Amino acid sequence: MSTETPLGGVALLRWTWRQLTSMRTALLLLMLLGVASIPGSLFPQRTQNPMKVRDYLATHGALGTWLDRFRFFDVYSSPWFSAIYLLLFISLIGCVLPRTLEHLRAIGKEPPLTPRNLDRMDGFATLSQGDLDKAEAWLRKKSFRIRRDENSISAEKGYARETGNLLFHLSLILILVAVGVGALFGSKGEAIVNVGDRFINTPTSYDSLAFGKFQSDQSMQSFSLRVTDFSAKYDPATNAPQDYTLTVAAANPIGSSEKKVIIKVNSPLTYANTKIYLQANGYSPVVTVRDKSGAITFHGPVTFLPQDGNLTSIGAIKVPDMNPQIGFVGSFIPTYDRNSKRGAFSAFPEVLDPRLLLSVWKGNLGLDTGIPQSVYRLDTSKMQRIALKQLTLGQTLEFGEGSITFDGWRSWVNLQIVDDPGKLYALFGAIFAILGLLLSLFTRQRRIWVKASNQVEIAGLAKNAAPGLLEELAQLKKWMEDEL
Amino acid sequence: MSSRQFAYLSNYSIYSAMFLYTIAFFSHAVEVAFSVKNSGDSTQFDFAKTDKAGRIGTAMMILGQVFLTAGVILRGLSAHRAPWGNMYEFSITGAMAFAGAYLFALTKYKLRWLGLPVSTSVLLTLGTAVAVLYRPSAPLVPALKSTWLIIHVSAAIVSGGVFLLANTIAATYLILDRIESRGERNEWAKKLPSLEYLDQLSYRLVAFVFPLWTFAVIAGAIWAESAWGRYWGWDPKETWAFITWIAYAAYLHARVTIGWRGRRAAWLCLFAGSTFLFNYVYVNIYGSGRHTYSGL
Repeated sequence: MSTETPLGGVALLRWTWRQLTSMRTALLLLMLLGVASIPGSLFPQRTQNPMKVRDYLATHGALGTWLDRFRFFDVYSSPWFSAIYLLLFISLIGCVLPRTLEHLRAIGKEPPLTPRNLDRMDGFATLSQGDLDKAEAWLRKKSFRIRRDENSISAEKGYARETGNLLFHLSLILILVAVGVGALFGSKGEAIVNVGDRFINTPTSYDSLAFGKFQSDQSMQSFSLRVTDFSAKYDPATNAPQDYTLTVAAANPIGSSEKKVIIKVNSPLTYANTKIYLQANGYSPVVTVRDKSGAITFHGPVTFLPQDGNLTSIGAIKVPDMNPQIGFVGSFIPTYDRNSKRGAFSAFPEVLDPRLLLSVWKGNLGLDTGIPQSVYRLDTSKMQRIALKQLTLGQTLEFGEGSITFDGWRSWVNLQIVDDPGKLYALFGAIFAILGLLLSLFTRQRRIWVKASNQVEIAGLAKNAAPGLLEELAQLKKWMEDEL
Repeated sequence: MSSRQFAYLSNYSIYSAMFLYTIAFFSHAVEVAFSVKNSGDSTQFDFAKTDKAGRIGTAMMILGQVFLTAGVILRGLSAHRAPWGNMYEFSITGAMAFAGAYLFALTKYKLRWLGLPVSTSVLLTLGTAVAVLYRPSAPLVPALKSTWLIIHVSAAIVSGGVFLLANTIAATYLILDRIESRGERNEWAKKLPSLEYLDQLSYRLVAFVFPLWTFAVIAGAIWAESAWGRYWGWDPKETWAFITWIAYAAYLHARVTIGWRGRRAAWLCLFAGSTFLFNYVYVNIYGSGRHTYSGL
């Protein structure tokens, strides 16, 4: 670049644009995107497993802090990843659009002139007879594009190769746009709902909800679901799940008459761009808490989180309306078993012989401090343990300040509700990408020239040394020499 | 027949296939080893001498392929589903796809010199599958119960088989290239095709199967959308499938646009293939994420 000194703003911009949109840069950025996505598969990611990230940070000290500073736990939303993504996007457009225009112009044009020396081309042959008309007839039959000059023919075939190539790259741009649309205008949330309860699609019903930059709660789909039944089947030999079936009474929009709908793992419920997925399930033990006088201070199901494949679940029950405040740390075991090594554990994911292990704490639950707390964990820093007991169904534990009864259990389901308006474009992009790819990889682009001076000469050239040209020329030779 | 009987029959078929591939392996070994002809000081090779051994090798591989295919189908019958539920099943199907790609290519190209490495790798894959990865035949977890299992996984396995075949050829290219750079090919290597031929062949295999791999990734995305609520979530397996896709896209561009040939192209081909293997071995066994169906 020594001959070219960037003169000022405009020249510099033009220079930058040319560099950015060169094919080499586009390829480099594509490779860079691949390299940049590797750390996301090696380090735990917040979007996939926040607990693992927390553990990693806790055990790796300064290294973890530094990795976090460079967003190694949010790789795919990090500034450096987005930068590569955006640059690739711009570079692709700059690369593909001019080529598309060029190709569109080339479609109406004749093939280029016949080169002067055919003997330097592939499959050069001198024919014993035949003339240009005969050659033209053959080439027309094979649907070549033909440029007829006074004493030569220049023919070309396989423009579809470039058409496919461009279609493929334009489709990639469409996919990138679709991903962007989904991220900016979509939303994604999760909600845990007990069997028997109703879910209404408003922001407050969610346990977690993330909106895209340009999406607000105004545009949320209006619907409500009443979870009427959930059944899970497990293999008695391996304990592996075999089937989950969720039955809901759905009203769309809210307030309209309810319809029975079945949701399964591979068949979500769809309302326009919004889809409702069955993601996980677990148990909520139902308990009744009473104070010293026997008055009920809490009653209902409490969501516990599963810890293993057999759905041993843990959770917390908080009763702030007692004096002193009471909290329970609980562990729900659907099918009770115990051994000396593991203590009490669950032997099967269905509820066959349930137990509720409770430790009872009294003191300050810390709910008024303003610091948000997990509903699944008890902050015992200002509390004191006063009892520990394992309950069977119907059993009651007396703990001095009151009592707790293990009444039963309910299943809960975790609904994932996703609104992705970009999805359909991504699908179209994917389909066109494959079509384009097939077209470009399996079309052979080649040129054939015929020259008539003292004698008739033929030769050809195939792009990327595609096979079959020599056979084609041999056929043409035979045709010209009347052997066909 | 009951599920259990099907499972037993499947196991016997796999063992039989391993037995036949062992014969094929020895035949091809004999083909190479006993073609040595002593003539004074220099070592000479005469492949006409051991042509029969080579042909026995191919015959045994075809027969082995029949048993291997039967083993895969019976495994599916025993579980009432496509036999792609855990890593044992992926491995036997992968071995079938790899050997199938070789036998299919054998009908079009002179490839018998690949018989020894192909039978060796099939034997190693099946051996690992039977000894380490074996799990009793069982129904699928709910997320796998979908027609997309058949579409997505079969496309991925076939792509993998062809990618690995292209890798074997690229590796052969590099070995021969080294030999040639030191002088003339020795007698043993003279039997193998020219460098240009190998170079073209590995490129054609990749160009042929790249659209299929693209399709496998897209089919996976469509399935993920219906099972997991998103079509792309940077799950480790998705990430590495994407990296493999980029690596092969780079390979195709390097050849078609920049005009790479020979050594550099072969190395790039090997690199791209290794990202596929890494995905299969590392992510399946050590990785986390949603593609954890290895059953290990």
